[in-house]
Amino acid sequence: MDIKVGMADLNVCSGSDSITTLGLGSCVGVIIWDPTTKICGMAHVMLPDSTAIRNNTNIAKFADSGIDELYRRVLAKGANRGKLVAKIAGGAQMFSVQSQSALIRVGERNVEASKKKLRELKIPLKAEDTGNSYGRTVTFYPATGEYHIKTVGKPTKII
Amino acid sequence: MSEFTVEKSEQYFDVLREIGNIGAGNATTALASLMQSKVDMRVPQVKLLEFSEVGKLLGGEEQVMAGVYLAITGDIMGSIMFLVKEEVAMYLVNKMMMGMGSDLRGEMESSALKEISNIITGAYLNALSTMTNLTILPSIPDLTIDMAGAILSVPAIEFGQLGDKMLLIQTEISDDIDIDGFFIMVPDMDSYEKILSSLGIPV
Repeated sequence: MDIKVGMADLNVCSGSDSITTLGLGSCVGVIIWDPTTKICGMAHVMLPDSTAIRNNTNIAKFADSGIDELYRRVLAKGANRGKLVAKIAGGAQMFSVQSQSALIRVGERNVEASKKKLRELKIPLKAEDTGNSYGRTVTFYPATGEYHIKTVGKPTKII
Repeated sequence: MSEFTVEKSEQYFDVLREIGNIGAGNATTALASLMQSKVDMRVPQVKLLEFSEVGKLLGGEEQVMAGVYLAITGDIMGSIMFLVKEEVAMYLVNKMMMGMGSDLRGEMESSALKEISNIITGAYLNALSTMTNLTILPSIPDLTIDMAGAILSVPAIEFGQLGDKMLLIQTEISDDIDIDGFFIMVPDMDSYEKILSSLGIPV
């Protein structure tokens, strides 16, 4: 079964199932995976920092609180704390024009914030496909640890 | 500053509906003269949707769309975006280029598409500017052709600082084919208040 993760959402998955998020732009798809138990989780984070925003009840929306929650959920599902590794994808800059009220380089900052949180949790980052200016549909297979990245007009990339 | 979320503002919803009506009317007239054909328009719909629902409305997160994005400055700050499906964009471009368009990512084609988007977004911004008496200055347009989800992440992130929903205007224009266009405007927090108070609505 393929489990879908929406925008500002997270979920866990294991065994022969896979987990997908469609059309990542400036958001980041963060995977935490335990290769020994084949348990993984994915968070689709939109913004870098939950403490910078008043309306922050949806914890899955932010890199800091979203990855904390993802970590909690994969451990609750039975993953081994010491075995966890991470892979991330996304964080594109879709347009070169930027509104003055928008967060500057939000894609890049989502990537930075995700890496910072992973370091804090001592989860090594094994692979990433981030930046650039195109969207990505990403699927992770916990049985093999492959993270498939689909983009418009390009062959699927596996990291 | 008072607490303000997009979810809470009924009035803002009405304002957008009115802008949608006038804007789409203006856009239809402009498009008809640009393409020298008769163009019909249905009443635009204003929708307040969860992020996940927006992708579905547009035909799925992976639907390839042309998105044109402009920053706005002046009395109000923020951004606007106009989205059409790839095939609709190609149709519009071909209509403007007398059937000579081939690759939507080509220089001529993307320049034609930016021009069409300028006309359409300009029609909406004029409506807003006339109604509110506020000066609104759009930046040069920036075009991208990619998955709907990826394009929408840009306004979603801007809305995401306020809440978990997104406001958009769906415009249906038809000439020989139905042209479904989606218009998304994201004013910043102060600009919401400026728009409402300039219309005499207490914030």
